[in-house]
Amino acid sequence: MTLGLINANPVVQAKKEGLVRREDQYRDDGVDPLEIYDYVRDIRDPEHPYTLEQLRVVSEESVTVDDKLDRILITFTPTIQHCSMANIIGLCLRAKLKECLQLHYKVDIRVSPGSHADEVSVNKQLNDKERVVAALENPNLRQLVDECIYSDEI
Amino acid sequence: MDLMEKNLELVEIQKLEGHTDRVWSVAWNPVSSHADGVSPILASCSGDNTVRIWEQSSLSRSWTCKTVLEETHTRTVRSCAWSPSGQLLATASFDGTTGIWKNYGSEFECISTLEGHENEVKSVSWNASGSCLATCSRDKSVWIWEVLEGNEYDCAAVLTGHTQDVKMVQWHPTMDVLFSCSYDNTIKVWWSEDDDGEYQCVQTLGESNNGHSSTVWSISFNAAGDKMVTCSDDLTLKIWGTDIAKMQSGEEYAPWIHLCTLSGYHDRTIYSAHWSRDDIIASGAGDNAIRLFVDSKHDSVDGPSYNLLLKKNKAHENDVNSVQWSPGEGNRLLASASDDGMVKIWQLATKP
Repeated sequence: MTLGLINANPVVQAKKEGLVRREDQYRDDGVDPLEIYDYVRDIRDPEHPYTLEQLRVVSEESVTVDDKLDRILITFTPTIQHCSMANIIGLCLRAKLKECLQLHYKVDIRVSPGSHADEVSVNKQLNDKERVVAALENPNLRQLVDECIYSDEI
Repeated sequence: MDLMEKNLELVEIQKLEGHTDRVWSVAWNPVSSHADGVSPILASCSGDNTVRIWEQSSLSRSWTCKTVLEETHTRTVRSCAWSPSGQLLATASFDGTTGIWKNYGSEFECISTLEGHENEVKSVSWNASGSCLATCSRDKSVWIWEVLEGNEYDCAAVLTGHTQDVKMVQWHPTMDVLFSCSYDNTIKVWWSEDDDGEYQCVQTLGESNNGHSSTVWSISFNAAGDKMVTCSDDLTLKIWGTDIAKMQSGEEYAPWIHLCTLSGYHDRTIYSAHWSRDDIIASGAGDNAIRLFVDSKHDSVDGPSYNLLLKKNKAHENDVNSVQWSPGEGNRLLASASDDGMVKIWQLATKP
């Protein structure tokens, strides 16, 4: 990690309790976007003792599901434009979803349009599954990701 | 022989289970798949850090795992390739090394480990004579290794020029010309003008000459070596052609030109494309399907026009990472590898 914090003054939102499931969003066969949001919202930020939800990196609107094609799109907003943690956050999202979702779901992860200086580059990297796999085989990166997705000390 | 008129289908012959993680690549042994009376042999490599050698029984015709090559690579084995003699298997790994395995009949032994790349090795390829190999890596470089006597390998060249991760290297089927494709969206052609000269990049196929607009994953040649197919994250297959006679006459380098683009067929990234001896192109994609394409204007002077011969939906339960035609004549077997951990053997057959 760098000496100083990448983002020293994050904006923090109050932590929400369990989400109320709306009947009209429940699907018999498909996956519920709120359910997916529930999986990822408590991922811890790599730098701060807050969740991605608290930092507004993800919100309910982050998750889009295409039931017909079994595709899930996650859009996240890094806390600052030049956030070098964007790739780590993307890896955390991928690692978490891989554990929670069935094999046949296709997951695309993107930074919110206009929210990051290296948007195109970050998006390309996060959706190259070969590089994602290789990154998660790196023990240092893997440990960092595991700390973010398994932490329940918040 | 017009394949479009026949009523063909891709029949699943067998599903090969055993790998405990995604399977990245499959490779047919070039000798065993060719010769009569010898059982076909297939190698597969995986995120479980192993390579499996599969063999078809000549009696029951079913495929079984003959041996597992393990405890040598410490990370994903991304690619495997047989030498033209069929005696050696090269394996490219995310541990930064390339293993060379020798087939001693009933078992394989790792006889050499090629080191030098700074990080993950993505692909390995033997040239037509088996005298050298090429490897490529996320370190953006392409290495050429010379095969010496006594299981020794010498680094003959380190080729730089790609600006990003190099995904695949492939030698030309008849000439010592090397091709590489990359995360930088380009394909590079490497050639040494004199026989013992240095390899240099003689051509770059990028967006400015009708190239791909995203990562290029795979390269394959037709049997004659005058056409090439490439596949990409941009959801297209591109066909390229060259004047092979000019190249072979040693006059000068004959550039590759774009012939056509196949778009609109694939829903997700195309990870693999392979050109069969009888001119069928197979593709494997992130939409779990295998597609076959043929040139419907085979004799036209207007250039090729490739059409979808068939699509096998749900060929696998997850991304198809590799498709490889068996080199044998006439039997039209296709092997595929997937993120679902399976290897499958298919036969292209006429519908009953």
